[in-house]
Amino acid sequence: MTFWLLLTVNSITFGSLLFLLAAGFSLIFGLMRIPNLTHGSLFMLGAYFGATFVGGMLGMMFNFWVAAVMAALLVAAFGAVIERLLLRRLPGQQMAQVLVTLGISFIVADFCLMVWGGDPVAVATPDTLVGSVRLGPMIFPIYRIAVIGIAVVVAIALWLLLDRTRLGAMIRAGVDDPDMARVVGIRVSRLFTIVFALGAGIAAFAGVIGGPILTVYPGLDQYMLPLALVVVILGGSGSLLGSVVGSLIIGVLYNFGQALLPELAYFVLFLPMVLVLLLRPQGLFGRFIP
Amino acid sequence: MKTRIIALLLALVALVTVPYWMPGAYYINVTSQILFYAIFALGLNILAGYGGLVSLGHAGLLGISAYAAAYLLHAGFGHPVAIIIALIAGLISMAVYAVLSLRTTGIGFIMITLALGEIIWGLAYRWISITNGDNGINVHSRPMPFGFSLASPTAFYYATLVVFLVCIVIVTIFVRSPLGAALMGTRDQPRRMNALGYHVWAIRFWACMLSGLLTAIAGVLFVYYNQFISPQAVDLTASAEALLMVISGGAGTLLGPIVGAALVVIVKSVVSGFIERWNMLLGAIFVVIVIFMPEGLVPGTARLWRLAWRQFGTSRDDDAAAPSKAGAEQ
Amino acid sequence: MSRKLTRRTFMTATAAGAAAATFKFPTPAIAQAAPFKLGLLTVKTGPLAQGGIQMEQGVLTWLKLHGNKMAGRKVEFISADTGGKPAGTKTKAQELIERDKVDVILGPLAAFELLAISDYIREHKTPTLSLAGADDITQRKPNPYFLRPSATSSQAMHVMGHYTAKEMGKKKAICIDYDFAFGYEQQGGFQAAFEKDGGCVANKLWVPLGTPDYTPYLAQMTGIDVLCQGFAGSGPLAFMKQYANIGLKFPVVTGETGGDDALLHAFGDEALGMMSTCPYTLDLDTDANKKFAQAMFKNFKVVPGFYAAGLYINCDVVEAALKASGGTTHDKEKFMAALKAVKLKDTPRGPISFDHLGNVVGNFYVRRIEKAKNPYGLKLWNKTVKTYENVSQFWTWPEKEFLAHPVYSRNYPPLKKC
Repeated sequence: MTFWLLLTVNSITFGSLLFLLAAGFSLIFGLMRIPNLTHGSLFMLGAYFGATFVGGMLGMMFNFWVAAVMAALLVAAFGAVIERLLLRRLPGQQMAQVLVTLGISFIVADFCLMVWGGDPVAVATPDTLVGSVRLGPMIFPIYRIAVIGIAVVVAIALWLLLDRTRLGAMIRAGVDDPDMARVVGIRVSRLFTIVFALGAGIAAFAGVIGGPILTVYPGLDQYMLPLALVVVILGGSGSLLGSVVGSLIIGVLYNFGQALLPELAYFVLFLPMVLVLLLRPQGLFGRFIP
Repeated sequence: MKTRIIALLLALVALVTVPYWMPGAYYINVTSQILFYAIFALGLNILAGYGGLVSLGHAGLLGISAYAAAYLLHAGFGHPVAIIIALIAGLISMAVYAVLSLRTTGIGFIMITLALGEIIWGLAYRWISITNGDNGINVHSRPMPFGFSLASPTAFYYATLVVFLVCIVIVTIFVRSPLGAALMGTRDQPRRMNALGYHVWAIRFWACMLSGLLTAIAGVLFVYYNQFISPQAVDLTASAEALLMVISGGAGTLLGPIVGAALVVIVKSVVSGFIERWNMLLGAIFVVIVIFMPEGLVPGTARLWRLAWRQFGTSRDDDAAAPSKAGAEQ
Repeated sequence: MSRKLTRRTFMTATAAGAAAATFKFPTPAIAQAAPFKLGLLTVKTGPLAQGGIQMEQGVLTWLKLHGNKMAGRKVEFISADTGGKPAGTKTKAQELIERDKVDVILGPLAAFELLAISDYIREHKTPTLSLAGADDITQRKPNPYFLRPSATSSQAMHVMGHYTAKEMGKKKAICIDYDFAFGYEQQGGFQAAFEKDGGCVANKLWVPLGTPDYTPYLAQMTGIDVLCQGFAGSGPLAFMKQYANIGLKFPVVTGETGGDDALLHAFGDEALGMMSTCPYTLDLDTDANKKFAQAMFKNFKVVPGFYAAGLYINCDVVEAALKASGGTTHDKEKFMAALKAVKLKDTPRGPISFDHLGNVVGNFYVRRIEKAKNPYGLKLWNKTVKTYENVSQFWTWPEKEFLAHPVYSRNYPPLKKC
C-alpha cells in the first residue's frame, strides 16, 4: 500500500520536475522547429550556477530562490547569445543545427568539468522546505511536494504569458504558421531570440529546482536530454497542456517502470514516444506535425 | 578529370602502405578505427546526406550487429556463422527501423530514430540476461579468413581496408545509379518525385537497407576490433558522434564522411593524449565548422578553394579546377 | 585554477628539480639511460570523473613527493583519459602500450573497463595495477599480468557483512547497488558474509548508473533493520539525501566507494552515522598517511579518498618491485614475480602483501561518519571504529572452498526466504 502510494506521489513530483525541464524545450521546438540538443546542458549549467550561488562560492550566500532566478537569467542570456550568433544563421538547416547544438553541449559539459571539477555538487534544500510530512501511511519530503507547487506556478505563469499577452499571441501565431506570422508584421527573428532565451532560462531554473533532489554531476545533461525529448514528443511540441500531460505520463512510466519492470524500464519509457510518432505525429496535444 | 584520378591513386597508395610509413602499431590501429567508422559514416550518409533523412539512432543498429556477433561467438558458434547472422540481424532490424521511421521525415524522423536508438540502448543496458548489461561481452578471437590470422594490427588493418574499399565502390555505384539519383530527388523534391510516378517510400526504404548493410558491416568490424561490446557503444552519444562525422565532413558527399570520421577519431584518440580539454576542442571545432562552412569541411574547402582561384588565378585555371571539385561534391 | 596541476607544467617543474638533483648526486649510468615510463588509464570526463581525477592526483602527489623518480630512475608519466567507455579504454591502452611503450599501466577505474582490456594486456604482457573490481581477474580467471593493491569489489563488503551481523547485531538487510559487475560483487560479498554470521538478505535491488531519482527503489524498503548501499561517485550523495528525506531511518552500511573520504565535503547531515568499510582511511594515524594526505591537500586543495590513495599505493608497490628487480622491467615474468612478492610495512593504508593470484592482503577499516575535529576543516569525518588486519580476498573461507563457488553475480548467492 505504502509502495503504491509513494510511487504515485513521486510520479507527480518527478513529472513536475520534467515539466519544468521540458516546457522551455517545447516552446523552442514548437516555434523554431530546432532539435535543441543543448537543452540537457542548459539544465545542468543552471544547476551548477544555482549550487554556486546557494553555496556562496563568490563570498556571499544567496537565498535559494534568488539563486534560481539569477541562474535562470544568466543561462537565458547565454541562450540569447547562442541564438543570435549561431542558430540565427541556420534557419531550416537541421543538420547544421544538430552539429552546432551538439558542439555547444560538448563545450558546456567540458566547461562545467573544468570549473566545478568532477566532484558531485549538492544543492542545499531551502531552509523553509527542509523536512518531511506524513501522508497517510507514508512520509514524504516537503521539498518534493513544493516542486509540484513550483511547477503549477510556472505552468500558470506560462499560460498567462502565452494566452494573455501580446508576446504570447505572437508566439502562438509563430507556432501555428511562421510564414503567416511574418506576413502580418510579427518580427519573427526577434521573437526567436526571446523564445530561445526564455526556454534556456526555464531549463536552468529547472536545474536549480532539481538540484536539491538530484545533486549535480558530470553526465547529468546526457541523462536529462532524452527525458525532455520524450515528454515533448509525447505531449506535442509547442503545447503547454501537452507538456503538462506528457511530463505526468513519463513521471508515472519512469517510477513504475524502474520499480516493477527494471529490465524493460527504458523500453517502457521510449515506446510511447515511438507509438505517438507513428499514430499521432503531432503528439497528444500538439498543434503541428514535426 | 586527370587530377582526380591521380589524387585517387595517391590516396590508394597511401592507404595500402600505411603500415610502412605510420610510426608504429598504435597509429595503424587508429587508422583501422578511422576506416570502420568511415564505413559507418558512409552508411549513415546515404540516409542523412543523399536522402535528407537525419537518423540519430544509428549506433543502435551498429550495436545490434555487434551484439549479435558477440553473442553468437560467446555461445560457441564459428566466425563465418557469427558474421553472416550478424549482418542478417542488422538488415532485419534496419527493415523494422525503416518501416517505423519512414512514416515521418524532417525533425520527426530525427526524433523517431532517436527514440528507437534509445530503446535499443535501453535493452542493451538493462536486458542483462542477453547482453550482460554494463559488463559487456568479450570476444576472445578474431576470424582467420583463408588461413590468415587477423590478430596483428597490420593484418586487421588490411582486412578493414579491403572491406572499406569494397564499401566505397558500393556507395559510388549507388550514388551514380538511377536509384541514387532518385533518392536525391526525394530529398530535394519529394512531391515532384511522387507526381512523376516514383514510389518515394520504396526508394527511401532501399536506401535504408543499403545504409543498414554498411552499418552492420561496420558493427562487425567494430566488435572484432575492440573484441568487446557494451551499451556505451550504442548510446545517444555514439549515434550523435556518427552523425557529427557525416555533417562535419560534408553530408551528401563521398569524401565528407571519411574526413569527418578521421577528424572525430583523431581528436578523440590522438589529440586527447595531448590536450586535456579535448571535448571542448571537439565542440569548438563543430561550432567553427558551422560558422565558416555550414555545408561541411569537404564542400566548404572546395568552395573556399574555388573562391581563392577566382581571386588569384586566371580564368583558364578556374575552368580546370571547378569540374574536378564539383566531382568531389557528388 | 590552482587545483588543476596539469601534466605539462608538472613535468617541467619536476624535470628541473630532477636535473638539479642529478647534478648533485650522480646515479649509475644505466638507471639514467632511459626514463621509466608509467602510464595511467583514468576517467576525466563523464559520471565517473570524480574518482578518475582523484586517481591522477594520487599519482601526481606520489611523483612530487619522490622527486619524480622511481627506484632511482626518472619517471615519464603519461596520463590517458578513457572517457569511462570500454572502446575508449581499449584505444587508450593501445596508445600507452603500442605508442608510448610504457613499462607499467596503472588503472583503469571501472570494472567494465578492465574487462574490456584484460585479454589485451595479457597478450602484450604489460604489468597492470588497478583498483577496478572484476573479482575473477584475481580469482577464477586470473590474469598473470594483473595486480590489485586496492581490493576486490567484495573484499571490503565481506568485512562489512561480518561487522553488520556480529558487531551491530543486525538480522535482516536489503542491498541496493549499481546494475553491473562491481555492484553484484559488492553485494554478493556482503550477503555471503552477512548470512554466514546469521543475517539474512531480504532483497537486492539493482539501479542503473546515473539514475537521478532513487525513489522507485526506496519505496521497496520495508521490514528490515539495516540497508547496504554500494554506490560510487555522485551516487552516495543523491541516494543518502533522498533516503533521509523520505523518512527512512534504518542504519546504512557501505563499502569503499559509498563512504569515500573524498565525498565528505559534499555530504550533509543525512550521512551522519553511516558505516563504511574501506581499505584506506584518511584518519589512519601513521606518518606515511599524514605525509600523503597533507601533500595531496597542499597540491590540490582536496582530501584524498579511496581512489587517490589507491593509486598512490600502486606507485609504492611499483617502486618496491622495481628496486627488487634491479631497476628494469625487461623480463616481464620476473617483474610480475617481483610485484607479487612486494611486502610493504608502511603505506598510507598500512602494511600490505599479495596472494599468489595478485590480490592484496591488507587492513580494512570500519568507519562511522561523525562530526569530529579534523585537520582539513571538514564538517564530517570518517572515524575508524574497528580495524580488521590482513584480510584476504577469500575472507575467512579457505581459498579452495571460496573458488569452488561461482563468482558473485546478480543471482549469486541466491536470496533465501527471511
